[in-house]
Amino acid sequence: MAMTIAEKILARAAGLPSVAVGDVVEANVDLAMSHENAALVINQFVEVYRDTGVEPRVWDPSRIAIVLDHRVPAESSKTATNQKKIREFVHKQAIGKFHDIRGDVGGICHQVLPECGYVRPGYLVVGTDSHTTTHGALGALAFGIGATEMASVWTLGTLLNVEVPPTIKVVVHGEFPPGVYPKDLILHLIGLLSAEGANFKVIEFHGVTVRNMSTSGRLVLCNMAVEAGATAGIVPADKETIRYLIGHAGVSSHDIEVITPDPDAYYVQTIDIDVSKLPPQIACPHSVDNVIPIFSMEGRRVDQVVVGSCTNGRLEDLEVVARLVRGHKVARNVRLLVFPASWRIYRDALSKGYIGTIVEAGGVVMNPGCGCCLGVHQGALGNGEVALSTTNRNFKGRMGNPEAEVYLCSPAVAAASALTGVITDPRTGG
Amino acid sequence: MPKVVLKLGDNVSTDDIYPGRFMATVLPSETPQYAFADHASFNGLLNQRAIPPGSVVVAGNNFGCGSSREQAASCLKGHDLTVVARSFSRIFMQNAINLGLRIVVASIDASEGDELEWLDGRLHNVTRNKTHSLHSLPKARQSIIDAGGLVAYTRQKLLEKLSKQKNRSVRSGVTEESRL
Ligand code: SF4
Repeated sequence: MAMTIAEKILARAAGLPSVAVGDVVEANVDLAMSHENAALVINQFVEVYRDTGVEPRVWDPSRIAIVLDHRVPAESSKTATNQKKIREFVHKQAIGKFHDIRGDVGGICHQVLPECGYVRPGYLVVGTDSHTTTHGALGALAFGIGATEMASVWTLGTLLNVEVPPTIKVVVHGEFPPGVYPKDLILHLIGLLSAEGANFKVIEFHGVTVRNMSTSGRLVLCNMAVEAGATAGIVPADKETIRYLIGHAGVSSHDIEVITPDPDAYYVQTIDIDVSKLPPQIACPHSVDNVIPIFSMEGRRVDQVVVGSCTNGRLEDLEVVARLVRGHKVARNVRLLVFPASWRIYRDALSKGYIGTIVEAGGVVMNPGCGCCLGVHQGALGNGEVALSTTNRNFKGRMGNPEAEVYLCSPAVAAASALTGVITDPRTGG
Repeated sequence: MPKVVLKLGDNVSTDDIYPGRFMATVLPSETPQYAFADHASFNGLLNQRAIPPGSVVVAGNNFGCGSSREQAASCLKGHDLTVVARSFSRIFMQNAINLGLRIVVASIDASEGDELEWLDGRLHNVTRNKTHSLHSLPKARQSIIDAGGLVAYTRQKLLEKLSKQKNRSVRSGVTEESRL
């Protein structure tokens, strides 16, 4: 039977020759990721074992990854105590893939997992974070689950009662015009689909534009697939995936098994997009699907420009920002906050001079982590302030203040706008 | 008779239900105080225990979109609220079922203050004298609902697995003890 990638991965994970949309299976998990919310997972995990007379033991410590990233270094004693509880658990259960607050191995989970080679094509990856969809960029089926569901995975090693989701095929053609990036493409797609257009569905990305895209760009697409409600986003693994895994993530070639969809697989919907005439896109408050081309928003005042996150905190993104701000100054009354997605990126950006350039222009480079993305740590907004950000969510209150506004854009739009103090098209201004 | 205590629109995010700045609070016993924290007056009523258990929050499409934070389900469960929405986002729906928060998929016509009555498979708006049919939750999740949530369901599966392993080792003449 012809299958999509998601169907093939679920069939394999369930030990079945094939599955079809709507089938309910129990699937073996290849990699289970958590961040600070591991504190809640631990709580629920202990609950599962309560009154069983059995000592709690995770099913396979080598398949669990825990990355501290959301509030690092801890912003409060409460967070610090949760982080301490996690460290103790990691030690007791001998969990190997643990990334503490460190300049050598730290960073945002959705960057650390790919760059450490933990994610492989064909894997079933779950994480207690909705942006776990990111890892689909490497040809894995990866999605977010809640903490109790993760406690169940830690106990049994399987996801119970998974319903095989239908898949939407997105085919992208054309070459990106200068100043237009994968971020603009995914914002445009979310605008087309709406915030729930892909709810309970998987998005598979195809087409020459995706084939020619670097893994960094593909990570952006899959990261934000969840903003259209998608269970997962997947880019079929190809030469570029192999190049990334071997050359960048230290994976050996015989550990890579490429899974591709069958040519006659069934898709519930097919969407064609040509990017050759796509202008930069902006998602306006307070919903990610409120997407418009930049010219309708040009000139809007901004108070804070944010570059970073699991969406756009990669080396390519910092390079774009450094290139645009080199020799210029961030506008008065604007705060440019930059947080690289991992310490590896930070070190690379340091040696390439991007960090120095950004700081000289007046930007503030913060430590890698989730930073101001979710409004709990740094870079909170004042009442009535406007932020322009390369992150992935602009919900009311997302950056810590329901009285503020968040607009989403590419790193190029962010950098160009940081220099002018108003939303600026990087192709003309900045 | 339960009342509609909060009426919301489409795409209510988990940032709206449980703001990210309270995410360091994780325990289901502690999260309810921050339910709808940015809806100050409603949050105030919840915390003064002025909202009776079983009260209903009504919303449109895609309730619970955004982050996977389970606090968004546990904080509502702590106040014993029921959420009726035209549709739910996947992760929120799963979290709600896993924790035993009552969620109902239905498109209903209601305002704050309306009195509701649960009928078999239907919901009657007494104030407006209108009856609405309910959509069923995903069949894949029924056994979790039946077990009373995912913790209980997983415990059941764990015990089955352990007893199978025990039987196997007894049959093969190897006991747990002799292996150790
Ligand atoms: S950077 Fe933002 S979106 Fe990404 S994992 Fe952190 S909080 Fe979530």
